[in-house]
Amino acid sequence: MDFLIENIDLFADAMGQTLLISALAGLLALVLGTLLAAMRVSPIPPLRGLATFYVEVFRNTPLTVVFFFIIFGLPQIDTVVSPLPGAIVAVGLYTSAFVCEAIRSGINSISAGQAEAARAIGLTFSQSLREVVLPQAFRTVVPPLGNVWIAMVKNTSIAAGFFIAELSALLPRLANAAADELIATLFGVVIAYLAITLPSAYVVSRLERRAAILR
Amino acid sequence: MTAPILYDNPGPKARRRILIGTIVGIALILALIGYILIKLAGNGQLEGQRWAVLFDPRSSVPQFLLDGLVATLQVAALGMVSATILGALLAMGRLSDHRWVRVPATTFIEFFRAVPLLVVIFAAFLLPPSFGLPISAYAALVVGLTLYNGAVIAEIVRAGILSIDRGQSEAAYGIGMRKWQVMTFILLPQAIRRMLPVLIAQLVVLLKDSSLGFIIGYFELLRSARSLVEFFRVDFGDQYSFQIYVAAAVIYISVNVVLSIFARWLDKRLARSKKSPEGETLPLTAEQFGAGGGGV
Repeated sequence: MDFLIENIDLFADAMGQTLLISALAGLLALVLGTLLAAMRVSPIPPLRGLATFYVEVFRNTPLTVVFFFIIFGLPQIDTVVSPLPGAIVAVGLYTSAFVCEAIRSGINSISAGQAEAARAIGLTFSQSLREVVLPQAFRTVVPPLGNVWIAMVKNTSIAAGFFIAELSALLPRLANAAADELIATLFGVVIAYLAITLPSAYVVSRLERRAAILR
Repeated sequence: MTAPILYDNPGPKARRRILIGTIVGIALILALIGYILIKLAGNGQLEGQRWAVLFDPRSSVPQFLLDGLVATLQVAALGMVSATILGALLAMGRLSDHRWVRVPATTFIEFFRAVPLLVVIFAAFLLPPSFGLPISAYAALVVGLTLYNGAVIAEIVRAGILSIDRGQSEAAYGIGMRKWQVMTFILLPQAIRRMLPVLIAQLVVLLKDSSLGFIIGYFELLRSARSLVEFFRVDFGDQYSFQIYVAAAVIYISVNVVLSIFARWLDKRLARSKKSPEGETLPLTAEQFGAGGGGV
């Protein structure tokens, strides 16, 4: 316990990195994922195809491979990305595929009458998507999006393998520097992750109750 | 089938607009591909000789990548089997009537579901040596994958068992079966049919996660690619680096796509063959397991 208190700065910095990557990657994933979902239901075939291709590829690629490509692969074609933006982009691109699938399932769950009514009063595709379908879809996808968010926070740990000093990276680092305090380190890292995921789960369940549509 | 609901059947004007959109869309995609190709060609990355190295046995690149793939599949296969066994045991533990079995099983499941997989793998890799037990990266990876995915699979199995109609177990008790008989002969066989698609989806996730071996230095596909690049750098600089990275990524993606297609095929097949008279054996979807993020 003393060990954790002595090194509280180290843990706080690492947790800050994890939170920073999570927040920015989450934002990127939400925006990109919504766009992709809109593309997947749009009337224009190449957009549908492109979005489907993107989702298929990223859902079937390990996040480690995405990281690997951005950190080691891109410099080979003269696009050097420094570790932190690289991590944010890698996690964001990867997660957006899952966000897209969650939102698409939400769009599918909106009853057909809503979209039909929107069309009947003369709204165009983008209007009915923006004004009628998506606002309702977002409410029904709160639980799956919450799950994606929590999984994404856990996934940011992979940045440890690519030069980012976030929470998981403390383990190998302190395992060398303070070998006999390994269990304390492990305890600290696990608590720090739980301090992010448990409140998230609570907020998601609160939001879920507030956003639920009574049918 | 939302697509036709969200917009009217296009009339002549809308069709013209969709056509324009299609042309612009294709043009944009072609421009993007073209930009990437020009960028690559400008760097000389498209020269045939640079790609030929991937297929030339004399360069030992194919053998090396194949070894990496085999190592990946080996870890994944072992992890899949042991995680499934552990998951089934944990699920039965969580459903047990005895508190002293139920509480530890529940705690175990909830703990490992809440912790990032990489932390579990690091712990498996770093903890035993600190107690004087040497552990290979291979073993640590398998242990980490098993513990983490065992917990996830336990929840899948539990949801599958709970989804079986209560009449089934009541009837089994009624004809005098014991608890373990009801579980092994009545509940599990039916539950497995329902949870198979979700279970396989989770096993695909496990295969993806085996790439974490890269971080602890297990010689799987990515680590092999990385060490090849470092090996070539001595003599050739970065001449072949990009090609090797691309090859590793393509191999990974194709293996996963094949498994995903298999899972989807199985899903469809199971949905089609309704064995019970009420057609109740429809497989569960991921949402019903509350595992929307489970596959992330």
